[in-house]
Amino acid sequence: MLHTFVAYVEDRPGVLTRVASLFRRLNINISSLTVGRSERAAFSRMTIVCEASAEAGHRIRASLYKLENVVDVDDIAQAPSVTRELALIKVAATPHSRSQIFELVEVFRARIVDLASESLTIEMTGVESKIEGLIQVLGESDGRILEICRSGKMTMRRGHHTSRVVKAMVETAASQPEAEEQAAETLEEGAGEFE
Amino acid sequence: MGIDANAQASNAQQTTPIRLTGAEIVWATLVGEGVTQVFGYPGGAILPVYDALRNFPNIHHTLVRHEQGASHAADGYARASGKVGVCIATSGPGATNLVTGIATAMLDSIPMVCITGNVSSKVLGTDAFQEVDITGITIPVTKHNFLITHTEDIAPAIRYAFQIAKSARPGPVLVDITKDAQQGSAIFDFEAAKPRPVRVHPMRKFDEHSLAEAAELIRNAKRPVLLAGHGIIESGAEEQVRTLAERTQIPVALTLLGLGAFPASHPLNLGMMGMHGESWVNQAIQNADLLIACGMRFDDRVTGTLATYAPGAKKIHIDVDPAEINKNIEVDIPLIGDLREILDQLLPRIPSHDGAAWLKTINDSKGASAVRDIKNLPDSGHLYAAHVINDIWRITSGNAIVVTDVGQHQMWEAQYYHHEQPRTLITSGGLGTMGFALPAAIGAKTACPDKEVWVIAGDGGFQMTSAELCTIAQEKIKINIAIINNGFLGMVRQWQEFFYDRNYEATPLLSPDFVKLAAAHGIPGCAVHTRAEVESAVEQARSAPGAFLLNFMVEQEDSVYPMIPVGNALHEMIRRPGKSPLVQSPEDE
Repeated sequence: MLHTFVAYVEDRPGVLTRVASLFRRLNINISSLTVGRSERAAFSRMTIVCEASAEAGHRIRASLYKLENVVDVDDIAQAPSVTRELALIKVAATPHSRSQIFELVEVFRARIVDLASESLTIEMTGVESKIEGLIQVLGESDGRILEICRSGKMTMRRGHHTSRVVKAMVETAASQPEAEEQAAETLEEGAGEFE
Repeated sequence: MGIDANAQASNAQQTTPIRLTGAEIVWATLVGEGVTQVFGYPGGAILPVYDALRNFPNIHHTLVRHEQGASHAADGYARASGKVGVCIATSGPGATNLVTGIATAMLDSIPMVCITGNVSSKVLGTDAFQEVDITGITIPVTKHNFLITHTEDIAPAIRYAFQIAKSARPGPVLVDITKDAQQGSAIFDFEAAKPRPVRVHPMRKFDEHSLAEAAELIRNAKRPVLLAGHGIIESGAEEQVRTLAERTQIPVALTLLGLGAFPASHPLNLGMMGMHGESWVNQAIQNADLLIACGMRFDDRVTGTLATYAPGAKKIHIDVDPAEINKNIEVDIPLIGDLREILDQLLPRIPSHDGAAWLKTINDSKGASAVRDIKNLPDSGHLYAAHVINDIWRITSGNAIVVTDVGQHQMWEAQYYHHEQPRTLITSGGLGTMGFALPAAIGAKTACPDKEVWVIAGDGGFQMTSAELCTIAQEKIKINIAIINNGFLGMVRQWQEFFYDRNYEATPLLSPDFVKLAAAHGIPGCAVHTRAEVESAVEQARSAPGAFLLNFMVEQEDSVYPMIPVGNALHEMIRRPGKSPLVQSPEDE
């Protein structure tokens, strides 16, 4: 089963390798990991998608929290959320064959971001299935696809819940240690609603 | 205590900020953290730190003979004292030689801070002389680690390291300090270097509801067993566990690392459970209707095959580490937090209970095992490890700190040396590191100089770190060393006997004459060949003013019984066979 975790981690060198090493040690395969800046200055946001048994979610979350650089771990599970990934696909295209590709790009609501005499590059943002769909259709002609570059998934819960995380973190920064417990409770409540 | 800001750094705790070199800051921070003892081995990349040590006369440095010895010594020191153990090594091979000891501490949750030097930050990443990415190498075997390239980061990192090492589930932390950071200077302010308060693990959870449910289960249980592990000792919850057991008359089974957490002689003590546990313990667990797991993690050596573990029992799991909950065994009521704190809150809800019927059932099952117990059988002229160890137990009145190595002797020690107090059995359980005993005993005796310390090691493990005999000689440490010498890698030979058709591949082992080896270090000793000689040899060792080595030439092909083969259920054990000349009962299979 696929698990999706959103983790806020300290933005310092070495954090990525610690997270990756943790999954290696737990013998769990990461199928996608994206990381980038977040709404908080010193913290990066990671989206980690991994293959593990249904019961493993608790253990993964607990283990991530044992890393010193990890400040929050949200197990998205089946909660309503928005997931996107980005793909850049370079295809062989002559002036003769171009227009057919233009039509496919239109249907998938992707964009052409580069056009050359022998090739063009398509940019697509969307859910995995749509991206897979476009790739499959483009791949119907042998040798048409020249390069594919995919980003891995980013996820965000629907609704206001992420701001609750931020609120908890703000409280934590403001006054410890009571706020620590309060923040922890808040996070627990937040998680509880979506189990 | 106020210190003149202009004065040289001294061993006294600094309370006024003062400019020091990075090397001095290392020691000043250690002093501030209460360290009086470190184990280490110098080298180029850590030389500035060693050079500064003379300004800190209240810290004693023990020079070992291999950095692995330093890491095991720091570990043994921590296990015996409850304090954070500290070891120091240089870069490159010095640092990598610590890794086995760090992993040993990680798997047994021992608080330890390891300080390594590294090459100058200007050449990091260039494959410089004796450069190695030790922080990368130790990520999976430390709770956390630091690479420090600036002098002003040294004190905060070391203070943070101590906090991490000691808090929640303890473990080893490594601080790697580049040479230029050691040589630079910065203002040292111990108070300002304090880390943020420990963040309580967000998944820590024990609330009114869970406590009430747990109390209810305990009240209604007819066949309960308390599973006592290392967490009791780490949390200091021995009294709470004892109160709980006595009030409810619940029998107590122990893990290897839990031995000593509950007194061996206590009528409710069932002894060690698991792969080499006695049959009555394991059977009690398999027949239980409630298991109360305190500070233990359902390790595979303890459970046998998981599918058939304690099938009829509800499980309460009290542990500080949320990642252990439901890891191996699904439990009914997790109580996640400090064990002592949780038991303090649980005890008021637990009334007294009469456990006589269940206890009688368990006691009645012991008889069948006693017949097979080697302790009760004549030796027919053979020298058996179990007899040697049981004799040592008797002669020391069970009061010594025993440090074992890994293998058959380790299991016999667990079975035949009965520990009444915590922190008196020091043994590598999780990683099972051969070579652990001798250096760890150095650490233990250094921590507890007034206690009697025994090494019990096999001929294989002893050879792995025997160079530390010289550390003992140089430091003039009084340790009694008992080598259980059977000419084999005994536990591996046992597995080859049971599961590999007696194919003793690479297990017959030639050893040096250990008595001569000890003598080469100025340590007296003698060999023991018969049971009759054991007592006087042990007394001779004990009364010698310094270290003494006993080379017990024991029966070569003896095996540890009972044994639960991997894949078997907890009650499906191999018993001592009837064919053995020792067993007299005709009922034996």
